Amino acid sequence: MQVSMEINGKAVSIDVEPRMTLADCLRHHLGLTGTHVGCEHGVCGACTVMVDGAAMRSCLMLAVQADKAKVVTVEGLSCDEALSPLQAAFRKHHALQCGFCTPGMLTTAHALLSKEPQADETRVREVLSGNLCRCTGYTALVEAVLEARDAYQGGQEA
Amino acid sequence: MSAEGKAIRPAATGYIGQPVPRPNARRLLEGRGRYTDDMVLNRMLHVAFVRSPYAHARILAIDTEAARAVPGVAAVVTGRDIAEICQPWVGVLGHFPGLKSAPQYPLAVERSCWQGEPVVAIAAETRAIAEDACEKVLVEWEELPAVVDMQTALAPETPVIHEELGDNLAFGLELKAGSPEDAFAKTAVVVEETFSFGRHTGVTLEPRSLIADFEPGERRLTVHHATQTPYQMQDVYARHFGLDEEKVRVVAPDVGGSFGLKLHVYGEEMATCALSILLGRPVKFVADRLESFLTDIHARDHQVRARMAVSAEGEILAMDVEDVTGIGPYSVYPRTSAVEGNQAIRLMGGPYRMPNYHGVLKVVFQNKTPTCQYRAVGHPIACGVTEGLVDMAARRLNLDPLEIRRRNVVTAEMYPHTSPTGYFFERLSHEECIAKIEAMMNYSSLREEQARLREQGIYRGIGFATFIEITNPGPAFYGVGGARVSSQDGCVMKLEPSGRVRCSVSVTEQGQGTETVMAQIAATHLGVKLDSVTVLTGDTQATPYGGATWASRGAGIGGMTVLRAAQALRGKLLELAGIILQRGPETLDLREGVIVEADTGMARMDLAELGRIAYFRPDTLPPDFHPDLTVARHYVPQGLPFAFTNGIQASHLELDPETGLVRLLDHWVVEDCGTILNPLLVDEQVRGGVVQGLGAALFEECLYNEAGQMINGSLADYLLPMASEMPDIHVDHVSTPTQFTPLGAKGVGEAGTAGAAAAVMNAVNDALAPFQVSLAQMPFTPERILRALGKIPSS
Repeated sequence: MQVSMEINGKAVSIDVEPRMTLADCLRHHLGLTGTHVGCEHGVCGACTVMVDGAAMRSCLMLAVQADKAKVVTVEGLSCDEALSPLQAAFRKHHALQCGFCTPGMLTTAHALLSKEPQADETRVREVLSGNLCRCTGYTALVEAVLEARDAYQGGQEA
Repeated sequence: MSAEGKAIRPAATGYIGQPVPRPNARRLLEGRGRYTDDMVLNRMLHVAFVRSPYAHARILAIDTEAARAVPGVAAVVTGRDIAEICQPWVGVLGHFPGLKSAPQYPLAVERSCWQGEPVVAIAAETRAIAEDACEKVLVEWEELPAVVDMQTALAPETPVIHEELGDNLAFGLELKAGSPEDAFAKTAVVVEETFSFGRHTGVTLEPRSLIADFEPGERRLTVHHATQTPYQMQDVYARHFGLDEEKVRVVAPDVGGSFGLKLHVYGEEMATCALSILLGRPVKFVADRLESFLTDIHARDHQVRARMAVSAEGEILAMDVEDVTGIGPYSVYPRTSAVEGNQAIRLMGGPYRMPNYHGVLKVVFQNKTPTCQYRAVGHPIACGVTEGLVDMAARRLNLDPLEIRRRNVVTAEMYPHTSPTGYFFERLSHEECIAKIEAMMNYSSLREEQARLREQGIYRGIGFATFIEITNPGPAFYGVGGARVSSQDGCVMKLEPSGRVRCSVSVTEQGQGTETVMAQIAATHLGVKLDSVTVLTGDTQATPYGGATWASRGAGIGGMTVLRAAQALRGKLLELAGIILQRGPETLDLREGVIVEADTGMARMDLAELGRIAYFRPDTLPPDFHPDLTVARHYVPQGLPFAFTNGIQASHLELDPETGLVRLLDHWVVEDCGTILNPLLVDEQVRGGVVQGLGAALFEECLYNEAGQMINGSLADYLLPMASEMPDIHVDHVSTPTQFTPLGAKGVGEAGTAGAAAAVMNAVNDALAPFQVSLAQMPFTPERILRALGKIPSS
């Protein structure tokens, strides 16, 4: 089936099998391998991308369901020159080890702060609880997201 | 000579101990990681497996005809097909006398011995086609009785899984020191408990993955492999497929977590290589999560009957333990599944001056997923049993739990010290760690608060766990037993013509920050700026041979290879500079990447100039002088079979007696890994380790039914620690550098996992103390807590 999407600001039109997930489409058809697949049943959160502004599990969504949607993946978060404030905060706080959960953590946190730039620690922990990290103690992740809040004030999407 | 003219002072400690962020973090944050599944090779096929639906069953017939007919399928192979080109393996080691296991093949040949064991492999143009074809394979099975309960595995009426082995006992061991019988007969207090440690698994977020790429012309096999141990796998692939070792290349790209899980030999990996060899095409395997639960190694699964003899003054006199552990149907190759039990019974009582000990270990086969080494091998078992008994003794004697520990730990003047089971401790810091954690957590005010809240019906608990940790293992671990697992490591360091430094090391990176720490050591001991060093890891063709990363050996052993190489290269650079500048090399120094006069610090030339002359104008150098600006150095762990570290953890939690729910409030760790190379990385190693221990304590358990079927093999059913359940984890350190290396660094990867579960257990039982009940079966689920409280009937 033919699917048209806007991915990271660019229009894309591709032919996919109806059974193909959005995650597999991003990774295997479009080469956007920053989106990771950790469980394929919607629990680990590694495959989280933003679809029309909302954080979505791309392993639970078929590519055909994303027809005409705006999709942002981890590759779309940073500018060419520099890390986004959220990414920079992750680096500063050592909020990643192996890096496999990181894209999903970033997209999840980005979706949260874009809507709720005032989110407090409890709220951040609650939202990140949909994303599994096996390496860190989560503390640095929470600290990084809290620090990045400044960049989202005033509706500005960092 | 652009650097000439300014003065540079010698660095005090350089980059050692600095909280340097990881240079590779940026790539990972931008979604530019390169994990195995991100790679695509020309003509690459994908493999999927037909798996045993039974815990134990005989294969009567396999009909693959319909599967072969599926368009896009390149090959359908059975266990017999692959056995023709792959030697089977047996997971035994010479230093575990009596350890036995049966030959294991990539795919089951006559019988499957656990649910999920691979039986047929199908390579196809896409994974989806391969999976479609798997549906069309017909296997005729004869179900056999399954050995499920490890407690009855040795009973005469229980069937023997591998008849040729005679019984289901893989390994047995008995240790005795002093006179434990006398101690138990004469002592004032004996506490006794049966501890259960649930079977759980590593759950690396990146599943096991590899791409095998065989080139038939020269019989070269390249394997892009999410592994901790590229050299071990190079050896395994070469020997079992009959290939020349130097023609097997194993490359570990970015690896998404390992925790011990990604260093074992798995049937799927061997079958993937076999398919590539048979087809002459690249073949990719990436486990899905359901496959991971059934085939990644599981861990723990111990039941320990234990007792401790304690004097009226609270002095620990003896321990007597019997540990039964179930390892699945095979001892895993090449490191064996006897190591965890062996370490568990040897680590018992380790922090304490206990003079008498008796330990019995029974490692038994069962028809469940094989278990093997996972983070903190054996430690949580020994720590849980010991610390659980210590708290029981303290309660019986009405002693404060910190006080009984203070009275029993091995004290400063006793080092060097040897434990009753033969472990040698160079110098540990139990007393300082106890003092530090007491202050750090405001212990006395926490106790006051606990008493106050109890009057209001709020049940909080405080639990401690003193622990020791095995790090920096030498050949005593595997090499002496005949395993081709290297305990030495290597580093090749070279000056690039630009004056930058390339450092290739055999220790590997799975997110710990290995590359960062190696760069810190290189820059410090060479005398260059940190950002001029690039570290390469994980490629058997580009890095020197070594053991790589496991058992907390990367920093301590890998770090020494870099230190030695840096010192050697520094000597070569100063020698060359001396020739160019026509002065004795001893009058020169290398600081911040600049050759300076040692006495004044006056800059004379930078390394780019040195590189330019050495590589492009060697005609200006004296005849017969050949600048060696690439050096290789290896390091063999010296003096000790392993370097022990130590520490103490404390858990503070609230238990709701109505719901059985436990809420973790705070967790503290004081640990001593010797020289801290990078505090940012060390603290996160500790925190990450703690979280895995908290998972074992409260959430994680592989559940099986009576037929040996795993009933919670998905992330929806197998609970893991998530952000909202995790407490703040406060980390502090005592630093007792090992004197056996100039680096002074010991390991830290196991520390958090070693003690976290025991601390939670003691805190749960502290919270339950007013109800006169206690628990010793991990994980401490709400159901188990409510049963203990009599709120729901006991099972």
